[in-house]
Amino acid sequence: MKDNGESFVTEDGRTIGEVMLDLRDITLRFGGVEAIKSISFDIREGEIRAIIGPNGAGKSSMLNVISGFYIPQDGEVWFHGKKRAPLKPYQVARQGIARTFQNIALFEGMTVLDNIMTGRLNYTKSGLLAQAIWKGKAEREETENREKVERVIDFLEIQAIRKTPVGRLPYGLKKRVELARALAAEPKLLLLDEPMAGMNVEEKEDMSRFILDVNDEFGTTIALIEHDMGVVMDLSDRVVVMDYGKKIGDGTPDEVRNNQAVIDAYLGVAHED
Amino acid sequence: MLYREAGDYKTSYTADSQTFPIAFDRYRYWVVLAVSFLVIPFFITDYLVNALFMPFLIYAIAAIGLNILTGYAGQVSLGTGGFMAVGAYACYKLMTAFPDVNILIHVVLAGGITALVGTAFGLPSLRIKGFYLAVATLAAQFFLVWLFNKVAWFYNYSASGQISAPERMVFGVAVTGPNTPAWASYLVCLVFVTISALIARNLTRGALGRQWMATRDMDIAAEIIGVNPLKAKLTAFAVSSFFVGISGALFFAVYLGAVEVGEVFGINKSFLVLFMIIIGGLGSIFGAFAGAAFLVTLPVFLKLIGVDLFGWPTDLVAHLQLVIVGFLIMFFLVKEPHGLAQLWRLAKEKLRLWPFPH
Repeated sequence: MKDNGESFVTEDGRTIGEVMLDLRDITLRFGGVEAIKSISFDIREGEIRAIIGPNGAGKSSMLNVISGFYIPQDGEVWFHGKKRAPLKPYQVARQGIARTFQNIALFEGMTVLDNIMTGRLNYTKSGLLAQAIWKGKAEREETENREKVERVIDFLEIQAIRKTPVGRLPYGLKKRVELARALAAEPKLLLLDEPMAGMNVEEKEDMSRFILDVNDEFGTTIALIEHDMGVVMDLSDRVVVMDYGKKIGDGTPDEVRNNQAVIDAYLGVAHED
Repeated sequence: MLYREAGDYKTSYTADSQTFPIAFDRYRYWVVLAVSFLVIPFFITDYLVNALFMPFLIYAIAAIGLNILTGYAGQVSLGTGGFMAVGAYACYKLMTAFPDVNILIHVVLAGGITALVGTAFGLPSLRIKGFYLAVATLAAQFFLVWLFNKVAWFYNYSASGQISAPERMVFGVAVTGPNTPAWASYLVCLVFVTISALIARNLTRGALGRQWMATRDMDIAAEIIGVNPLKAKLTAFAVSSFFVGISGALFFAVYLGAVEVGEVFGINKSFLVLFMIIIGGLGSIFGAFAGAAFLVTLPVFLKLIGVDLFGWPTDLVAHLQLVIVGFLIMFFLVKEPHGLAQLWRLAKEKLRLWPFPH
């Protein structure tokens, strides 16, 4: 695999674009605990990038750095070739980065439709007065946003639960609604934090298909954290492996699978004392 | 049988997101509007207006305001009484400073001034949540009442320390002062209620309402989807205070006519409006009406039953009222946090499918 910053073709024959997000020497500390120790990796346009590692490796912290929840003490985040100043999460969202959460973070008191419509908030430009009288620009925007949202609803096959309050939905559907909300924002980069946690095989297959379709049809770049190795190896173009806040492997699924450090981290290794 | 979705096809997204998606509800809405504007003014009496309609309509506006802040945006406030006082005093100062300007414009301006004050007192909400925010707004309540008592400029240095509304005309009819006919004060309040409810409904079903509700339900996820928490919370405080200010201005100018701030806009008022939205339903415009109607009619109803019918002593009935309200608040908080509005919603949901639920 070449790594010269330009586009290249993977083993599966998929074309991967230029570097979209570049993380350089990211270090994140909580008091005395170093959650992330000087990690660098990149995410390229159009790829599915997996981040794996044992519990507590710092994967979720990494996503939180990307989405602006945590400001790293050291290191730089480059997005589309520009160095990113420390941003608030809502500013990151405006740059075209959307995400889902490990524990579902939906708006329980709102309907599925309203939840997904929140994904369009960044595209709403009409002011308070226009919205108060619900005429002109406000009404037009509402309809446009609704059309976009309906497309996502069709895509994820959740038409039947459109008007249901989210609190009444079963777990698997909630995960899907959360994905829908992120997709409604039409992100360039989609971060998925354990999209298949707690799902049965069938639901995992559905979700995997949706992830591949999103990547394929919308051309969305995806970074995902997942523990199911079968899923990770099948879905992703490239994999980063983390352990105890350090990067111990980076490459195609095959390269990672045969990496001794990765095998040690997952299977354990006999220490010589 | 009439209450049906079946056959009522929506062919546009605008039609699907309207306030009353069911045809029967739409007709009912127009009937209620027609009766309140065209029928009631002809039959209204001074007693009805003062005991029922004016307090109901004015509290409904306050409850809509507080419901936007607490029910939709999730920011608890105990400062409603103080903000109503801001509306009342702003209206008074405007009325006396610019006697030639229409009183209706003054009421709206008073709402605007209250919105500014409310936004300023909303700033702590960016740092603190829940009970702590409630205590911060409680400070606003006490500070504002103290301010209006202390600084004589607010009550134009009158000897009594009270403010009283001079007579003002709209289309040649007095709407404030002692010579106001019952139907005039009723119609003024009704117009403000109708417009407030429409605006509140439009805001809450649109993008801004989704920002508020998202912040209420899960502020972290709201931020990640692109909601600026500063903007969401402060607009909620501004819009909420705007309505509360209008209700305060009407309460003073049209309803009472003369106000002593500590008595009328004290902490009790804050709790009363809060109880209205808890009983009526948090996060619902209809709930604001239901709660206001309930808490306004309850004392009248109890007096009718207790004092007039059974001949109980008045203080017993007054205490009974406190017991009933207290019990109901506990009941709704435990059993149905979304209040009367949710019971109504559930009934409608059942009714849509009745009598063949499968």
